[in-house]
Amino acid sequence: MSEALDTREYKVIGSRVVRPDGIDKVTGRAAFGADLNLPGMLLGVVLRSPHAHARIKSIDTSKAQAMDGVYAVITGADFPNASETEDPALSANVMAREKVLYHGHAVAAVAATSMAIANAAAAAIEVDYEPLKPVLSLDEAMADGATIIDEQLRTAGADEASDTPTNVAQFMRLDRGDVEQGFAEADVIVEGEFATPTVHQGYIEPHACVATINEGGQANVWCSTQGHFDVRSLAAKVLKINVADLRVTASEIGGGFGGKTTIYLEPVAIVMSGKARRPVKMTMTREEVFRASGPASATKSRIKIGAKSDGTLTAMQAWIGYEAGAFPGGPLAPGLMCVFAPYNAPNFLIEGVDVLVNKPKVAAYRAPGAPQAMYAGECMMDELARKLKIDPIDLRILNAVEEGSTATYGPKFKAIGFKACLEAAKAHPNYTRQLAEGEGRGIAAGFWFNAGMQSSAEVHVNENGTVTVIEGNPDIGGSRASMALMAAEELGIPYEQIRVIVADTESAGYTNVTGGSRVTFATGMAVIQASRDIITQLKERAAATWGIEEELVEWEDGHAVPKPGVNADVQPLSLADIAGNAGRTGGPILGRASLNARGAGPGFSVNLADVKIDRETGKVDVTRFTAIQDAGKAIHPSYVEGQMQGGAAQGIGWALNEEYIYDADGVMENAGFLDYRVPVASDLPMIDTQIIEIPNPTHPYGVRGVGETPIVAPLAAVANAVRDATGIRISELPLSPPRVLEALDAAEE
Amino acid sequence: MRYAAPTTTREAAALIAKAKGRAFVLAGGTDLLVRMKIGTIEPELVVDIKRIPATQSITKSATGFRIGAGVPTAAMGENNALKKAWPGVVEAANLIGSDQIQNRCTIVGNLCNASPAADSVPALIAAGAKAAIVGPRGRRTVAVDKIVTGPGTTSLKKGEFIEAITLPRPPPRSGDAYLRFIPRTEMDIAVVGAGVSLTLGPNGVVKKARVTLGAVAPTVVLVPAAARAITGTRLEDVALAKLAAACEAACNPIDDMRGTIEYRTEVAGVLARRAAKIAYQRAGGN
Ligand SMILES: Cc1cc2nc3c(=O)[nH]c(=O)nc-3n(C[C@H](O)[C@H](O)[C@H](O)COP(=O)(O)OP(=O)(O)OC[C@H]3O[C@@H](n4cnc5c(N)ncnc54)[C@H](O)[C@@H]3O)c2cc1C
Repeated sequence: MSEALDTREYKVIGSRVVRPDGIDKVTGRAAFGADLNLPGMLLGVVLRSPHAHARIKSIDTSKAQAMDGVYAVITGADFPNASETEDPALSANVMAREKVLYHGHAVAAVAATSMAIANAAAAAIEVDYEPLKPVLSLDEAMADGATIIDEQLRTAGADEASDTPTNVAQFMRLDRGDVEQGFAEADVIVEGEFATPTVHQGYIEPHACVATINEGGQANVWCSTQGHFDVRSLAAKVLKINVADLRVTASEIGGGFGGKTTIYLEPVAIVMSGKARRPVKMTMTREEVFRASGPASATKSRIKIGAKSDGTLTAMQAWIGYEAGAFPGGPLAPGLMCVFAPYNAPNFLIEGVDVLVNKPKVAAYRAPGAPQAMYAGECMMDELARKLKIDPIDLRILNAVEEGSTATYGPKFKAIGFKACLEAAKAHPNYTRQLAEGEGRGIAAGFWFNAGMQSSAEVHVNENGTVTVIEGNPDIGGSRASMALMAAEELGIPYEQIRVIVADTESAGYTNVTGGSRVTFATGMAVIQASRDIITQLKERAAATWGIEEELVEWEDGHAVPKPGVNADVQPLSLADIAGNAGRTGGPILGRASLNARGAGPGFSVNLADVKIDRETGKVDVTRFTAIQDAGKAIHPSYVEGQMQGGAAQGIGWALNEEYIYDADGVMENAGFLDYRVPVASDLPMIDTQIIEIPNPTHPYGVRGVGETPIVAPLAAVANAVRDATGIRISELPLSPPRVLEALDAAEE
Repeated sequence: MRYAAPTTTREAAALIAKAKGRAFVLAGGTDLLVRMKIGTIEPELVVDIKRIPATQSITKSATGFRIGAGVPTAAMGENNALKKAWPGVVEAANLIGSDQIQNRCTIVGNLCNASPAADSVPALIAAGAKAAIVGPRGRRTVAVDKIVTGPGTTSLKKGEFIEAITLPRPPPRSGDAYLRFIPRTEMDIAVVGAGVSLTLGPNGVVKKARVTLGAVAPTVVLVPAAARAITGTRLEDVALAKLAAACEAACNPIDDMRGTIEYRTEVAGVLARRAAKIAYQRAGGN
């Protein structure tokens, strides 16, 4: 759908109403993944690999099977052959077959009447492994003579096809013009190499599900997910069952950030429920979440940028390597497409690889691939500004893409808000505020495409004129409130008269995942369309009541009224009037819409970070942080600001302390929140936000996605601030105290 | 597993002494319950000492303070007399975990858990604290430095437990301080900790000092050389540099994901210097 932008004055959207799920969430009533209990339910646990890379020679489950209270013991042999499924990697990730590919990889599972029995039974399973050398970094994986993780793997997208086994799953290139020529024309060239570690989304709620199969073979799954339709289709692939035989209900969700767009436990619980003929609940521990769910890729990158002495870019070059984990599929393409997306470069060459290592298969994490890529790119833009002695915001304004610019990744931009964000940053009091002794300031830009995709919505008018909206996106960031605001705006009724239901896969129309920053944009568009469908019907009912032509009726402020100039002696009919009379005018009123939303407007941001450095301990404190972002139109400003603040918090954690620490055998040493350090509340200043609204021309209200862009810029903003405060460019994240102190000490010598 | 909550010290000691399997005292439980949950220990008997009146109060007398073994560290933070006399001990106890943890946890639990990184222990040792021990054979009083013998081990004998910690009354013109380094602001484990307690002479010169370091060796280290470095000084830069050097020399840390040997050693000197300055100021020096 592509509709003309509405220019009317809004009555409801843009207000800061209370979200309907809020009270249950803060009082502990909301039911999350692990909160469902069914009669006769068993508890399931997974036995996980103690090796990062090994061949499974045999598995003996007989002792576990024989234990009292054990109802099901399963291994890879209980699943359809991975290679015969539509997604062999997914299948092999859910349950290992011939090989285990990372420490924590599932090898077997048990369902029993208690956790104690299930754990004892899992411990009684005997697995005979032949340990293999683990491949633990991008450099190791790409080195000559590297241990090969998957003998069948060949590099996709390589310039020359080769039949040699490799760990490089994909090569990709984007280019325009002639970079060599561009660098030759440059007055100034900056170059740098960067590295970022494996990090986790850090959602508070671990993965959890309850599965039950009835005697007819139909399965019901309740789980914490960002997309229950995706759980249905992915689990159906792994199990080779009909999607119609699987009903998935999304529980409330305690965070996902991309990490809950795939499946781990669900097929395992389904298979065990089938064997045991009882419901099975499975919950990951925090340790399992770290070891076996999908983190974000570690990366290595090289950046080179050339410019004229006035700051005009002449050439940009990047090489970025992403660790995919144990199976192909790191966020290579989006990363390469983002790295220089904010800039007009006449010549660029962007290349990169997706590489297997013996670590968990990576999953999406807000703007997958972009934070790592733009960390490197924006650090080099900072170096360029320093070398040119140009204000870093001015340098970006000079080269910024705008409406009509051709993006590095192909299309021409429609209306976008990058320059508006840069100008807002320049004018922001936090940009000119005097720094204290020992402080430094950094700025960086962020970019993300945002997604559209498929959504459905139904709007039901109740007999008293209240309205129920039915949709299929798990509510993570307040989307029930946003859907209700949009329905209220269209229908002209108060927000409080609307209830929003996130329905299961059998009760809502097909809807893609809550991800890609798409829900307010795409599902919102479906809600708007479904509401307009209702308005059409309401006008018909009013016309029938009044005995006039439908075309003569208008919907205004929640009432059917005759069009101006129509000579009809009638009273306006409210939604409640029409609803109450619906039985006499044709029956219940129900609107619906389903669509594949195109034209998601890209999001741009600019972040300012101030840091203070303890030069004797290397500790970096963020003292002030300002996030500026184009939201197109903020349907619920508080929840847009929440996204900006949350992304900043996660990005600051990524910059300062978060990292997977592995020992030489590929065992993660810090698989818990004590030593995997996400920032705690007292670590952060209040994150200042400024919403810019440059409407997205393809959405009726101008909405752009806002959920992912916020995590992109903080890494470089913080790194550039540390550079400013210390005079040293530390090119590896995290900027943890030992790393910063070492750099400071080295600089002193 | 058996759980008992006796109301007298004698009963508690008898229960522990008679236990057949492993018996554990339960104070705040913020270490014990975590270890039980993750399965590193499976006690046969857990004896909760919080119902024993003698463990429940902080008392002040002519000789100093007595802090019962069941007193949550939050209560230490609310005791003005204690805060005034031993601000460093109280600030160390109030660094443990978070508000929620401090509503339960105790300094005795912190001590007996015997972690090299325990926050209150360097401050207690710097302050010259003593442990009042009860056991099947009666009572004894031991300096806190003598309790922990290595990571996870103590010198308490079977059936013994600590009833209270005593702190002397500080001489006039005394001050103490504790600082720890963590990469975050809270909810973390000390990478290095430093405690300093000192008393000044009439002219602002340090007359007596005790300097301790945590998380840089298997047990908390008392560093007499560091104390000597500042004794007889007004914490001039030279004295502070000597103090830092003595602390660095006393470090025998491990290399782990929380900090390298080099990092811990360097930061130990930094923190000791900073703690000494705070203690000096609290003692009235300037
Ligand atoms: C989230 C979290 C954060 C934490 N942060 C910190 C921190 O910042 N700094 C820090 O140092 N620690 C920290 N800890 C560890 C813990 O909170 C402290 O060590 C605390 O002081 C333990 O006191 P407790 O009363 O809870 O001990 P308990 O758990 O009750 O006991 C600990 C051990 O001491 C033994 N014990 C207890 N009382 C006695 C007694 N009277 N006589 C003999 N033995 C006894 C117990 O048997 C047990 O072995 C943290 C723990 C958690 C869970």
